Amino acid sequence: MKKEWPLWEVFVRSKNGLEHRHFGSLHAADAEMALENARDVYTRRNEGVSIWVVESKHIMASNPENNGEMFEPAQDKVYRHPTFYNLPDEIKHM
Amino acid sequence: MSEAQIKSLEEEFEARIARDEKIEPKDWMPEKYRKTHIRQMSQHAHSEIIGMLPEGNWITRAPSLRRKVALLAKVQDEGGHGLYLYSATETLGISRGEMFEQLHTGKAKYSSIFNYPAITWADIGAIGWLVDGAAIINQVALCGTSFGPYARAMVRICKEESFHQRQGYEIILKLTEGTPEQKAMAQDALNRFWWPALMMFGPRDDDSPNTAQSMKWKLKRKTNDELRQQFIDQTVPQAELIGLTIPDPDLKWNDEKGGYDYGDIDWDEFWQVVKGHGPCNKERMKARVAAWENGEWVRDAAMAYSEKQNFLRKQESRAV
Repeated sequence: MKKEWPLWEVFVRSKNGLEHRHFGSLHAADAEMALENARDVYTRRNEGVSIWVVESKHIMASNPENNGEMFEPAQDKVYRHPTFYNLPDEIKHM
Repeated sequence: MSEAQIKSLEEEFEARIARDEKIEPKDWMPEKYRKTHIRQMSQHAHSEIIGMLPEGNWITRAPSLRRKVALLAKVQDEGGHGLYLYSATETLGISRGEMFEQLHTGKAKYSSIFNYPAITWADIGAIGWLVDGAAIINQVALCGTSFGPYARAMVRICKEESFHQRQGYEIILKLTEGTPEQKAMAQDALNRFWWPALMMFGPRDDDSPNTAQSMKWKLKRKTNDELRQQFIDQTVPQAELIGLTIPDPDLKWNDEKGGYDYGDIDWDEFWQVVKGHGPCNKERMKARVAAWENGEWVRDAAMAYSEKQNFLRKQESRAV
């Protein structure tokens, strides 16, 4: 074999009103084939109404080793959450 | 990285799994974890696509259109399951090409059960009922495994497998309601597939040195013998209900343990088949390699077409 077909990531919207969700990946020579393969591999039982495919090499992923710097700052900003604010007990719904 | 650093990473890693956290592909993992998963997951994928061969053989000879569409759909599912599992394995850093290479050179194994022939239509029933039945028991246990992509593939596969087993049992059921010859055909298929199905759970616990490590990583939730017992206890009543006899004279209900006692499994046969001396090992590999090699020009042509389209698109945009 000269070249392996590139890898594609598959995202499927299971029904209107819901977001596309990552379903898995597959190999295909081009985008059109990736869509057709995604239909056959991931939606044999009405799992979706819309499919996105994107070549895996175009996805930039964060590195779990940097999760500290990447996600921690949100944790010490408690004032972003409603429970940070003190209200009198008489206020039931706010 | 120093040895002490690795050791502390390993401890943290084991602790995460013990807390039921999932491990994702880019997370740090011990080399042994990566290698064990590549081995087990690729073998699992190989089993799915080799498993298409004994059944695929019967698609053109299915006795009715109803049976034919069902078998076609089942075989297509097996192909799909192989693809989910190959993709999941690739996240660990091995390429599809390397995995195929290992399969075709015999370096990687696949489930021994597919080295037995499907010689009658009843065998297609027995495969769905017993082989898929055994596979489901193994796979349900894997839905909670620690490696995220493997667990997700297993959940999807388990959802699809139950149709496989039901269609197989229905085939056998219909045969048992038929002529004496048809009933005999069903019994014969059970006779030939019963013991190989029990072997699908792997060696006895005493002879399975990797079990402890696999349990720790949740690659196994139950031991081989526990799963085998579960399969026997659930299958015996299914056979009795349709008037078939399990081909084991030592099979007997044991009230005390709440399960069946069963006869000795022929482990020599098991190892013979694993080592490549089963009835169909050579035939299966020949069919698989031929399919791969005969498809090479199609794969290359598709790639060449895609490259040409990209080239033309670039030229077009430059012209503008």
